[in-house]
Amino acid sequence: MKPEDFKDTEYLEQYVEELRNNGVGIGLGVLDDFINWSRSHSVWPLTFATACCGIEFMCVGAARTDFARFGWEVTRNSPRQADVIFVAGTIVHKMAPILKRLYDQMAEPKYVIAVGGCAISGGPFKNSYHVVQGVDKIIPVDVYVPGCPPRPDAMVYGMMQLERKIKVEKFFKLPCRKKEENPSSDNNLSETK
Amino acid sequence: MKKIKDIISSAASGLTIEEQQYPTVCVSPEQLRKVAQKLKSEGFDVLLNLTGMDYNDKFGVIYHLTSTVDKMAMLVLKVQTPDREKLDIPTVSDIWESANLYEREAYDFFGIRFIGHPDLRRIFLRADWNGFPFRKDYDANPELNPVPLVNQTISDMEDMPTLSFDKDGKLVTKHNQLFENGEYVVNIGPQHPATHGVLHLRVSLEGEIIKKVDPNFGYIHRGIEKMCESKTYPQILQLTERLDYLSGTMNRHAFCLCAEKALGLEVPKRAQAVRVIFDELTRIASHLLGWGCMCMDMGSITAFIYGMRDREKIMDIFEETGGGRLMVGYNVIGGLADEVSDKFISQVKEFIPYMRKMIKEYHVLFSENPIAKGRMQGMGIMTKEQAASLGVTGPSGRASGWSCDVRKIEPYAGYDQVDFEEVLRSGGDTYDRYYIRLDEIEQSLRIIDYLINNLPDDGFKAKTPAIIKLPAGEYYQRVENARGDFGVYINSTGDKNPYRVKFRSPCMTLISALGPLCRNEKIADLIMIGASLDYVIPCADR
Amino acid sequence: MLELDNLVSNVHTGLMEALPHWAALTIEYILIGVLMLALYCVLALILIFLERKICARFQCRLGPNRVGPWGSLQLIADMVKILLKEIVKISKSDKILFFTALFLALIGSLCTFGALQFGKGLAGIDFNVGIFYVLAISSLGVVGILLAGWSSNNKYTLIGAMRSGAQLISYELSAGLSILTMMILAGSLNISDIINGQAHSWYIFQAPLPALVAFIIYLIAGHAETNRGPFDLPEAESELTAGYHTEYSGIQYGMFYLAEYLNMFIIAGIATTVFLGGWQPFQINADWAAGFNGVMSYIPSYIWFFGKAFMLVLLSLWVRWTFPRLRIDQLLHLEWKILMPISLVNMLVMAVWVVLFF
Repeated sequence: MKPEDFKDTEYLEQYVEELRNNGVGIGLGVLDDFINWSRSHSVWPLTFATACCGIEFMCVGAARTDFARFGWEVTRNSPRQADVIFVAGTIVHKMAPILKRLYDQMAEPKYVIAVGGCAISGGPFKNSYHVVQGVDKIIPVDVYVPGCPPRPDAMVYGMMQLERKIKVEKFFKLPCRKKEENPSSDNNLSETK
Repeated sequence: MKKIKDIISSAASGLTIEEQQYPTVCVSPEQLRKVAQKLKSEGFDVLLNLTGMDYNDKFGVIYHLTSTVDKMAMLVLKVQTPDREKLDIPTVSDIWESANLYEREAYDFFGIRFIGHPDLRRIFLRADWNGFPFRKDYDANPELNPVPLVNQTISDMEDMPTLSFDKDGKLVTKHNQLFENGEYVVNIGPQHPATHGVLHLRVSLEGEIIKKVDPNFGYIHRGIEKMCESKTYPQILQLTERLDYLSGTMNRHAFCLCAEKALGLEVPKRAQAVRVIFDELTRIASHLLGWGCMCMDMGSITAFIYGMRDREKIMDIFEETGGGRLMVGYNVIGGLADEVSDKFISQVKEFIPYMRKMIKEYHVLFSENPIAKGRMQGMGIMTKEQAASLGVTGPSGRASGWSCDVRKIEPYAGYDQVDFEEVLRSGGDTYDRYYIRLDEIEQSLRIIDYLINNLPDDGFKAKTPAIIKLPAGEYYQRVENARGDFGVYINSTGDKNPYRVKFRSPCMTLISALGPLCRNEKIADLIMIGASLDYVIPCADR
Repeated sequence: MLELDNLVSNVHTGLMEALPHWAALTIEYILIGVLMLALYCVLALILIFLERKICARFQCRLGPNRVGPWGSLQLIADMVKILLKEIVKISKSDKILFFTALFLALIGSLCTFGALQFGKGLAGIDFNVGIFYVLAISSLGVVGILLAGWSSNNKYTLIGAMRSGAQLISYELSAGLSILTMMILAGSLNISDIINGQAHSWYIFQAPLPALVAFIIYLIAGHAETNRGPFDLPEAESELTAGYHTEYSGIQYGMFYLAEYLNMFIIAGIATTVFLGGWQPFQINADWAAGFNGVMSYIPSYIWFFGKAFMLVLLSLWVRWTFPRLRIDQLLHLEWKILMPISLVNMLVMAVWVVLFF
């Protein structure tokens, strides 16, 4: 899928626009872009799966939906070396502290993808006494991939969304420049000119 | 049947055999151990299933027994507590080893105290969990049991209580240590690449030699059985697939069969044949994944990718007809959800020769590899007696020479009209467990090959009532899923929801076999033996 | 001619003439150091990329192909990312050893790398005990691995490091013995002498029987020394999560990663030097083959060296992605009961061979 085919990501573009308007120097901006480029293209997942979605996650790594194409095949077993955790499967009460610890063990920058209904909201086990109703109650989630379980293609799409999200980060957190005017009036100004 | 009568009457007096689906005997807690010992010595050496029950006014336990000698024999033993307060039932874990985990489960869910059980810890829930969730009066208020953010303490995991009565009839708790001081204990899991899910093994090591393995369950316990009690029968079907997602079709089939048996439905022959084809395709897919994971655990990632590659072909067939890949959702009560797709037959016919060719390649790549052979042969030997006592069914049990294929013992869905062999091996080591899976794929192909060329043409679904209510009673259905004997127990009061549902998970007994098999093997072999048992944790945890 | 030796000697003489002796030497040292480091990194990137592409081929996959043409920029992205990743400080680890370990591992492989001769006149150092130095310094990595496993204060890393120690020390013997066997033939420990001695015919052809045996043993032992499958027990993923470097994050892990891949190349490089004539072209020692020899000699020496080394690397990748992993007792059994005795006997055979035929 080409980047142009992403039609539903206007908000990300808006976000970029906003960040740009806040004033980043050209040199650092380019460097930022380079760093974001490299980070977004080198997202190593943690080998982590609890239930059904884990099997589809395996399929993503297998021959048909080969995620090595995007450079994600370096799955790390140690959370210290991983960049993204695919929460593939149901998280139950007993597992919750372990998931949290895994997330804490990962080195920055780290990302979370909630895969499947269970990880997003409890899914088919919404009414269970022992299921966490969505992992975002424990750890911050970057991308949600719905499905029960999601198809491998959906996971690849989720990963690509994460890439796009990484691309708009800022590595150089400069002391924020004082904005002379707010962005909306800035836009108006340029229009009147 | 007479024989069972003789055994029962010689064990204790005043017991009657009720003729239900299986002969059923009700005993009192005091008589239980005596009857159990007698039954064990008379040939009922397999405890298939142990179900805890809450009868509103009292609690009970149901034992499903079978035998390795007379494979067809099934016996149901029921024991009930006098009231809701006096919950003491003697343990049978020393008679049947598989009862060990089952009794812990019943204790965890219902609070039934098994007197004399050596290790009565909670099995699925944490030690600090409030209440017993499967009781009908359980308070499901989430504030009582909030999501914990710190791990269980070590002492919770290592302190094994045993209950017994002292001279005055008072209940006393004796605490045993799981590990001795100074043992080198390694935690494997719950997040570990080789445990095939979120199993937590506490392994005591001496160098690389394993001294003791303590499996720790519950990291994916979703309370499916409890959820079933508040759902209608068609709604439950989707949960059955998520138990053991690798043999989801078969689990769903089992539940459909159980409900159909209760309703007295006659399923069309075509639907039965297609169900069997789906079952066998699922079995192949599951064995391929099992094979691949086993090879990966031995460090051969290429083999894993090959297995997954061929598995995708099966996923294609499922997707074309059922609409889903992993969760096909194709079996419904009374038959199939829909007619098969136009391409179905041609796809399956293409797949059979392809798979036969690939199996040969697998043997060349892996089965005959000297390193693989050296690592698997003679490792983790399980005898037939051990398999029966632990209740290890399925390919792992058959690798030890125990003929336990439900498709042959209690044929369902027309398995008795298909010609296939039950693959048996005698060694019981890791290599046998490995090899038997590839052999079973060939047998499955044989079944599919026969059925796809002889598909009957009498519709895909029987007429079912709009609201499915099972008549009051107890129903049990066994099917052979990819890992072993999968059982569904439904207790219905005639309502549209079941009163109690229990799934007999083959995986739980497989995991319980890890400890005995791994003793004095190396830690690398623990991974291998675990992979060769091919368990799926969510099935064990339910 | 495309050889670089003239360029090198011109630079040397130019510097010597223009500057005082000490200044020229200092500049040369710095130049060589920078070049070596650059080559080290570039080679590592190429090797990792190759591995990922080739293993994908073995597994009916495509491998990286989205980042840059044919995925060629994938490794740049990985490198920049890993450089900028947070380094997790572990509270209960032995901090000094924790940091020393990774430098030891890296220094071990870097120093060995420096002793290789990449082409005619392309040698960082060249002295009379070159091979001895290579064998000695390459063992430094073991210390790094053992320290890493110990200082992480983690049971998995400790088991991984212990396995690694046992494995590397055992296989060092076979590797050393098989090289020693070749030294009998070469009669020198100087790497230049060894390579020059193969100008007309590579050592593997000069004494076909014992040299071939030594070559195969060296390949097996060398493969084991690089901790790669089927000998990847120290980091056996399915047993020990990531082995001795489980607790390392960011660039610290990157260094282990780098050293691992470079070790693979170093083993291939040493095998090339000792058995396959180093940068010497393939020659047939006969009058009728003069034309053929001329064509072979025309190919630059560094291409010969890297060509041969990469062929051996390819072989090691092939082995890695085909075989399952050995168990620790099988591994030691293979070394102490099979490879070691064969190596010892082979050394005797070589000595007899040299006495009889040379």
